[in-house]
Amino acid sequence: MTESGKNIWVFGDYRNYFQNRVTLQLLSRARDLAPALDAEVCAVILGHELEEYVGEYIAHGAQTVYVMDDPVLKDYNVERYADLTARLAAVHAPGILLVGATDFGREFAPVLAKRLKTGLTADCIDLGIDEDGLLVQTAPSFGGNLIADIVTPDARPQMATVRPGTFQEIPHDDTARGRVVRLPLPEDLPVPRVRLISAQRLPQRTQCLEEADVVICGGRGMGTRAKFKKLFDLARLMEGEVGATRPVVHAKWAGHDALVGQAGRHVRPKILFSFGISGAIQHTAALSGADFIIAVNKNPHATMMKMADVAVVADASQVCSALIRELKARIRE
Amino acid sequence: MLKLIVCMKQVPKVSELPWDARTGTLKRELAAGMMNPACKHALEAALQLKHQWGGRITAVTMGPPAAREILHEAVAMGADGGVLLSDPRMAGADTDVTSFTLARAIEQTCPDFDLVLCGCYTTDSETAQVGPQLAQELDVPGVAYVEHLEIDGRTLCMRREADDFLETLEMDLPGLVTITTRRYTPRYVSMSGLQDAFGEVEIQTLDCDALGLDPVSVGMKASPTRIHKVYSAVAQKENVVLKGSPKKVVDALFERFGDRIGAALGKDLNPHEHAAVDGREDND
Repeated sequence: MTESGKNIWVFGDYRNYFQNRVTLQLLSRARDLAPALDAEVCAVILGHELEEYVGEYIAHGAQTVYVMDDPVLKDYNVERYADLTARLAAVHAPGILLVGATDFGREFAPVLAKRLKTGLTADCIDLGIDEDGLLVQTAPSFGGNLIADIVTPDARPQMATVRPGTFQEIPHDDTARGRVVRLPLPEDLPVPRVRLISAQRLPQRTQCLEEADVVICGGRGMGTRAKFKKLFDLARLMEGEVGATRPVVHAKWAGHDALVGQAGRHVRPKILFSFGISGAIQHTAALSGADFIIAVNKNPHATMMKMADVAVVADASQVCSALIRELKARIRE
Repeated sequence: MLKLIVCMKQVPKVSELPWDARTGTLKRELAAGMMNPACKHALEAALQLKHQWGGRITAVTMGPPAAREILHEAVAMGADGGVLLSDPRMAGADTDVTSFTLARAIEQTCPDFDLVLCGCYTTDSETAQVGPQLAQELDVPGVAYVEHLEIDGRTLCMRREADDFLETLEMDLPGLVTITTRRYTPRYVSMSGLQDAFGEVEIQTLDCDALGLDPVSVGMKASPTRIHKVYSAVAQKENVVLKGSPKKVVDALFERFGDRIGAALGKDLNPHEHAAVDGREDND
């Protein structure tokens, strides 16, 4: 073992670098946590033609970057990446290993955890260090209604996936210096059992809802289809996206693409407006990433009102209209 | 003839969680159980494969004795049998130990399986980890978030949307997939069908002893992760309540949270000194 087993590793998930900055956000958090552990922050990056990302990781807080750059690694492959990362981790013994909760990360991290015979906490919304020096992994469950603090007392590394948008990235620092460790591709690389036949980048799809900073969700409490349409006006003003509950989609007030729920889209806006929604778990399960929730409903006892930061007890449609008027005035200012 | 396994979980059926504010715990026993919605989609995918190729579907779950209900429901939908892993010593398992236990049960009850199907996540713990970890435990290839699958001989062809890519993948059977909730809409089960499924169906119940598992290898004690503390997210919220006319509540909203809303929009929404000049402000 070449290191003392305390360093913090961040897996470099760069494929959607311009859309998804979760690796940079994790490097930033790792830098916050490192002093308490006297640890170094390391990034691991596998793939091909990686120089751009290596530089970015250093500029965003990585002190060491382990790089394996080979045409064979060009396509993301869970088995191969997990195998290589597990071998690296076995040699260098990181104390903590963090992975962004992208689709890839959420498939890769459980496989990697098994290979390393360690625990894994999914989709964390916070990370800290407790008085014993353990990583406290804060994760939501029950659609964000419950929050659990989870630790991995004995197994190492302590592993977590973290939701994109949870932490702020450190501003790009051109003057930052880091160590780059280039590693050769092992000769006994296994042939992956899952083969990628084709991958095509999807055109800008309606996933804006998942990425939007402002999401305006409407339910049947809006009253009528015509009144529901006001939410689109509000969304335009706020440069946000409109989401809908299942009854609204069934009533065809909104398309299926707008469905926010377990069977639809999961959102994580900075601010979520919820108009006329009672809050069935099938809907609320998809809201756990929302930072700040403003709910409007005539019924103060609705679940949605209880899980809101601000519960506005009033007619949803009327409040929507008043909000549109007020915003127009304020934006004009 | 395909041998298909569908792993499923019973989750609390709750729109409001019975939360004990005094002890800070979830009163799970008050929450009626249901089949995790994503597991239904996995079962539907299995049923469609069975319809096309013929085969046998075994539904497997780990949980308290009451979890037997979802196995009957699976049979009512079209599964051919069920296996319940139930033992108080298995309680509190994290995903690492859950996948270990499920794998040992599958190896014992259906060692020559062709495909294991799982839901892509559960509504209670939401980890989405058991599927990928189970593939590791069974030492078969696995693919998560599958939306469409087809069998061509011994090859499984799959399609999925992941990280803004539309991917086509293939793997040789046996293997494991987790199925998203976007397609494979679960079929309707009539009440009479559900009643029949509680009749003659064989549900095998296995405990640690029947599985030949050392009790120290299962349950909470064997799990590498520990839940330190659980708390209500709702209780963490300040939950400010605003009441009054629409105009009044909107004014109050901006007065108290204008900065927060403005920050999310990337705009300064605070009124400036000359705001009162706008006639609109004075009409109310």
